[in-house]
Amino acid sequence: MTALLGRGALATVPLGAVFDLSGRPHYVHWHFFEMSVTNLLVIVLMIVVFVAAILLPFPHRRAEP
Amino acid sequence: MSAGDVPRQRTAAERSWTARLRTRAEGALPPEKLLPDRQPAYVASWIYVFGALTIAALITIVASGMVLGLKGPAWWHVTGIGRFFNGIHLWSVELFFFAMVVHLWGKFWMGAWRGGRSLTWVAGAVTFLISIATAFTGYLSQQNFDAQWISTQAKDGLNSVGIGAFFNVTNFGQMYTFHVILLPVAVVLLTAWHVLLVRRNGVVPPYVRALAAERAARAEERA
Repeated sequence: MTALLGRGALATVPLGAVFDLSGRPHYVHWHFFEMSVTNLLVIVLMIVVFVAAILLPFPHRRAEP
Repeated sequence: MSAGDVPRQRTAAERSWTARLRTRAEGALPPEKLLPDRQPAYVASWIYVFGALTIAALITIVASGMVLGLKGPAWWHVTGIGRFFNGIHLWSVELFFFAMVVHLWGKFWMGAWRGGRSLTWVAGAVTFLISIATAFTGYLSQQNFDAQWISTQAKDGLNSVGIGAFFNVTNFGQMYTFHVILLPVAVVLLTAWHVLLVRRNGVVPPYVRALAAERAARAEERA
């Protein structure tokens, strides 16, 4: 992979070759709750972005009071 | 009725439906509200960005969907450029839902239905629900085994909740029409209505500011 990147050939490699999309999906299972790890990660990412959007300062505060 | 109560003749402008419509539209949405160049200070926060981000994603979805629609539902299986546009379409939908959910959470915790904005909230909520149906029919329009699997599973699910007779999710033609015409038109029109309502009523102020304004009004009444 490093050699591939080193030769600058990444642009010609489909993303599906970098991340194995053909393998068996992983699931989180707890009692009645079942969800794929991918979906769970997206939900966690949404929560992180939501919290960051509230906490991070917004640049160029120039508006009417 | 006395002689002085003779009904007034309506002017030409009052008789014309276009003039009446224009007057009403200008009254509801004057140009400075429709395209404002300044916003209140509390809007300067990242949490207010996600509505615009959702609209940007929606524009990308519609544009890429038009290309896919023009070339036909099977095109993306057989050409590289088709796969490219299908990828753009898919990932803009992912971004659309991501941004819309963060927008929804932000508006929920702001209580964005306050101050006569309930219709804005309802329009947004209905748009969200119709968007889910639009995305679902998109999965059914893929023309692959994934679409077949999802349609048969959904058929059982929809039948079990008693709505399976209203439409047939295993009918590709019907679902494709839903996906490329009926539901996208509904989403775009509802989004436009939602945005116009936001323009008319303004962005909801934070709770702290609304409470301070309420207290000030009460103090003024007492004085």
